[in-house]
Amino acid sequence: MSVEAAEVHGHHGPPHLCHQFQDMEQQNDSYVIGMWTFLVTEIMFFGALFLCYVVYRGMNPAVFVEAHHHLEIAKGATNTVVLLTSSFTMAMTVYYAQMANRNRQLVFLAVTILLAFVFLGIKGLEWYKKWEDHHVPGPNFSYVREGLPAESGAGAANTSALNAGAAPGEGSMAAKNTVEPIFAQKAELFFSLYFAMTGLHALHIIIGIGIMGVMWLMLLFRHPAVDYHMPIEMAGLYWHFVDIVWIFLFPLFYLIPGKG
Amino acid sequence: MEHTEEHAHHIVQPRTYFIIYVMLLILMAATILAAQIDLGALNNVIAMGIAVVKALLVILFFMQVKYSSKVTWLWAAIGFLWLFILFGALSDYMTREWITVFGW
Repeated sequence: MSVEAAEVHGHHGPPHLCHQFQDMEQQNDSYVIGMWTFLVTEIMFFGALFLCYVVYRGMNPAVFVEAHHHLEIAKGATNTVVLLTSSFTMAMTVYYAQMANRNRQLVFLAVTILLAFVFLGIKGLEWYKKWEDHHVPGPNFSYVREGLPAESGAGAANTSALNAGAAPGEGSMAAKNTVEPIFAQKAELFFSLYFAMTGLHALHIIIGIGIMGVMWLMLLFRHPAVDYHMPIEMAGLYWHFVDIVWIFLFPLFYLIPGKG
Repeated sequence: MEHTEEHAHHIVQPRTYFIIYVMLLILMAATILAAQIDLGALNNVIAMGIAVVKALLVILFFMQVKYSSKVTWLWAAIGFLWLFILFGALSDYMTREWITVFGW
């Protein structure tokens, strides 16, 4: 063991082997486990939001069913295809990294980055529509139920809760209050979760573009670190994780079953 | 301890990646179609079931956990164990109405 270790720890080991590792196998395992440790924290990070979602949807099933009809399934589904495709091209990038094929890596990584931008673009269109429809939580939030007049957001709803005891017909405010204001508040909750969760996910996409962009430039300028396939593999693990989050976000927000 | 006998770095072939990719697309279509049929609570089970299968395909093949060392397996699995414990918080929300407590 010691003789073997001494040999490996000498200067004649594989070029990318750091001196604290016994061999490449151990070093690669350390990379993967380190990355998974980070991903576990990410699972918990998103997990808390998923838990919030489950609790609030459990409390307000009808509101979630109705409010989710304002999301566009076509755009959500397109984005799912875009992200699944980008995961595939990322996997191919990793394959060509393992095969040490620099040109193919550059091509597949560029396609992955491009698809990430397409995802953000479609997401941006969706968010813009929400902005126009006053579905962004905050002072301008308003929610229109079909066949019913508009309801204001949390701020106005709180006021209406205070005014609930007032006699009806006292000005336009009071007239508005006769339409269950709590529904708008709960719809705002749905959109808050929608923006928090898809927003955090989009932030991960943006960070992913940064990571992949740096990798791409390193490949382009023949940086010695990316001669070794593990950095690309780690970027791949991160990207696939982002894909997994979307795999859950898509059905939870766009495909809520039930009548409403 | 003989570390040398452990598997060499396994290289997943493009063919495998492509098959997994096509499966993921089919599952995505399935989840959208299933959502169009009203099956009550079963809809949620189907949607989440398909999502879990998709996530497993991504983890095992795209993330290569299937070909990784046992430590990686353990680490990846434990990540979801923590998530499971976190969701244990639901036991509070689900049981609150079982017993009536005055003043709540």
